[in-house]
Amino acid sequence: MDLSLSTRTVGDRTIVEVGGEIDVYTAPKLREQLVELVNDGSFHLVVDMEGVDFLDSTGLGVLVGGLKRVRAHEGSLRLVRNQERILKIFRITGLTKVFPIHNSVDEAVAATD
Amino acid sequence: MATVELRFSALPEHVRTARLVAAAVARRAGVDEAVLDEVRLAVGEACSRAVGLHANGGLGTPVRVALIEDEKRFSIEVGDDAPTASGSEGSGGASGGPVAESDEEGDMGLAVISGLVDDVEVTSDEKGGLIRMSWPTAPEPATLP
Repeated sequence: MDLSLSTRTVGDRTIVEVGGEIDVYTAPKLREQLVELVNDGSFHLVVDMEGVDFLDSTGLGVLVGGLKRVRAHEGSLRLVRNQERILKIFRITGLTKVFPIHNSVDEAVAATD
Repeated sequence: MATVELRFSALPEHVRTARLVAAAVARRAGVDEAVLDEVRLAVGEACSRAVGLHANGGLGTPVRVALIEDEKRFSIEVGDDAPTASGSEGSGGASGGPVAESDEEGDMGLAVISGLVDDVEVTSDEKGGLIRMSWPTAPEPATLP
């Protein structure tokens, strides 16, 4: 399975819906998408990973890179994820403290902290 | 030889194949279903790192994966041909930023592996590196009297 990406806007948030596998091969596509969004002026991103089956450290690196980019514009990057198998890698790397992780897109869109 | 051996061109698109094969052999060896995700992630990290090292070093040789089923454990060995860091570190500066970035990703990969796998050993010499990981296999279910 490859990576699928789609974006939509809800208020001032841009939702990036990701599906499939994020690994060393597909992560560059996600990186390009995030860079493009920030370059186009979208600084409040919600990355919906409900459809993600696999995520490795390359994918984490891309998400951290995205966070760095939006923060440079005082923006935000929130993740939507509630499947334990993917959350585990965030926990191991301590990134649960870095990313706000929400249970649903609605929750992430409503969040303001 | 190992139960299953895999050699693949050091390209990112083949790492997924290595993950799928490793998970299939681990399942057959009796590794607990709950642990298969860890096996998949760990072997993916090890292979991604090896692919990165080969790419940085301009090496045309394949990445090697050995999947070994013993009586009580299932082991995976991922071998690369990148010489020890002490020799390659200096050359990294010449090619600039991207090399440093991918080195960092490799380190992150190792961090994930050590957080994930209890039994892991990373060795390297002038010929290349080897990551050895192993997991217990579930005992055969006891036969009912």
